[in-house]
Amino acid sequence: MKYVDEFRDPQKAKFLLHEIESLVNQIEVCKHRPLFVMEVCGGHTHSIFRYGLESILPDRIELVHGPGCPVCVLPMGRVDDCVALAETPGVILTTFGDAMRVCGSKKSLLDAKAEGCDVRMVYSPLDALQIARQNPSKQVVFFALGFETTIPSTALTVLQAEAEGIENFSLFCNHITIIPTIKAVLDSPKLRIDGFIGPGHVSMVIGKTPYQFIADRYHRPFVIAGFEPLDILQSLWMVLKQITEGRVEVENQYKRVVPEGGNQAALEAIAKVFELREFFEWRGLGSIDRSGVRIREAYAKYDAERKFQVPDLKVADPKACQCGEVLTGAIKPWECKVFGNACTPETPLGALMVSSEGACAAYYQYGDLEKIQQKKVQKQETATVS
Amino acid sequence: MCLGIPGQIIKITNPEHKLGLVDISGVQREVNLACIIDEEHPLESCVGDWVLVHVGFAMSRIDEEEAAMTLQILTELGEVQSELESMQVKS
Repeated sequence: MKYVDEFRDPQKAKFLLHEIESLVNQIEVCKHRPLFVMEVCGGHTHSIFRYGLESILPDRIELVHGPGCPVCVLPMGRVDDCVALAETPGVILTTFGDAMRVCGSKKSLLDAKAEGCDVRMVYSPLDALQIARQNPSKQVVFFALGFETTIPSTALTVLQAEAEGIENFSLFCNHITIIPTIKAVLDSPKLRIDGFIGPGHVSMVIGKTPYQFIADRYHRPFVIAGFEPLDILQSLWMVLKQITEGRVEVENQYKRVVPEGGNQAALEAIAKVFELREFFEWRGLGSIDRSGVRIREAYAKYDAERKFQVPDLKVADPKACQCGEVLTGAIKPWECKVFGNACTPETPLGALMVSSEGACAAYYQYGDLEKIQQKKVQKQETATVS
Repeated sequence: MCLGIPGQIIKITNPEHKLGLVDISGVQREVNLACIIDEEHPLESCVGDWVLVHVGFAMSRIDEEEAAMTLQILTELGEVQSELESMQVKS
């Protein structure tokens, strides 16, 4: 595929690995401890595991898998609310495939569908709008989630509904924004991250400038990255180069897709339809100020939370879960007490085991479980010795 | 949901709603083009362009020159490495 295959060239990956290795040798802190680099986006986590990048990198680099998987960080209470909407008579509930399987405190949308609710998987919010056109006697609710990558698509769908005068369409809005999320990670008291691989497709919408505070105030290198193996390796190389050269900057490796200023049409659509919520609840991270968006008053008729009685359920994360610590890099997924025993992709307890883009699920699916087991044992031995 | 796929715009299907047909690895689908048109790129001029498609929306026009430059950096990296290796062999 054009613009994909070229960025999977194994020969070029070898060049990059060679450079990465030699830079690691020059970095002073690497003599005492590993260098922690966080990839914020769940899409990157997925690519890293899919291509086995972690296993080919030098041991002294530890990738920390960040909070950028919107399905994973959705609180169970919101899923319960969504199930309640699906159970409302006359409602057709539509959503992306990833969101169908996420469990609330009792069930998932897939379970609700099995019980007879009209729940439909769509590829695009435009498909949900089409269902609304075809079913004028029903109320079609789109379960909207995602970061800035998907917010413009729902905003434009609402604008389209308005232009056509479609009244039986609304959003159950769970969109979240990236900047407060990264800030929450940076403000975590247990933070141990030396640099960031930045989210490529969020940046395609918001551009490069909003990240500047990470370099200015938190003094961490930040490189916006594409999603192919070479993109990720090159971005890591750029992070390491900044460290060895004593620079702290926001750089853009993914220039073929990410313009400096982002996408103006997309930003305008977002600003027109959505406004920031005072706070939004995250699974694993708790409440983060101004991290979620809701529909503006002017578009209230497209807001499922205004249109229907949504129970607004609050469900606490299971106590045994250590998702928050994994998300901030304080521990690795396999260091969590319930990883792989009480918490598996089939029966996820924690947020990060839920979607295939979640760090724990990725470790569980693609990780070398034997190696993880050894590390677990080593860790316990060290603990006893000290 | 968050991963985009490159596709090529084949034709404009609905100028009023800014929709066009995009070929994504042989699969053709109607995609919303509102986010990639501006004064410099009017709708009718977009046929043939490569775009990144997310959930039914073209979210970015893929810049061929930038793609080539990114790959060029990596090619040069390889050239420098083999140059250095051959120097080490000679010395």
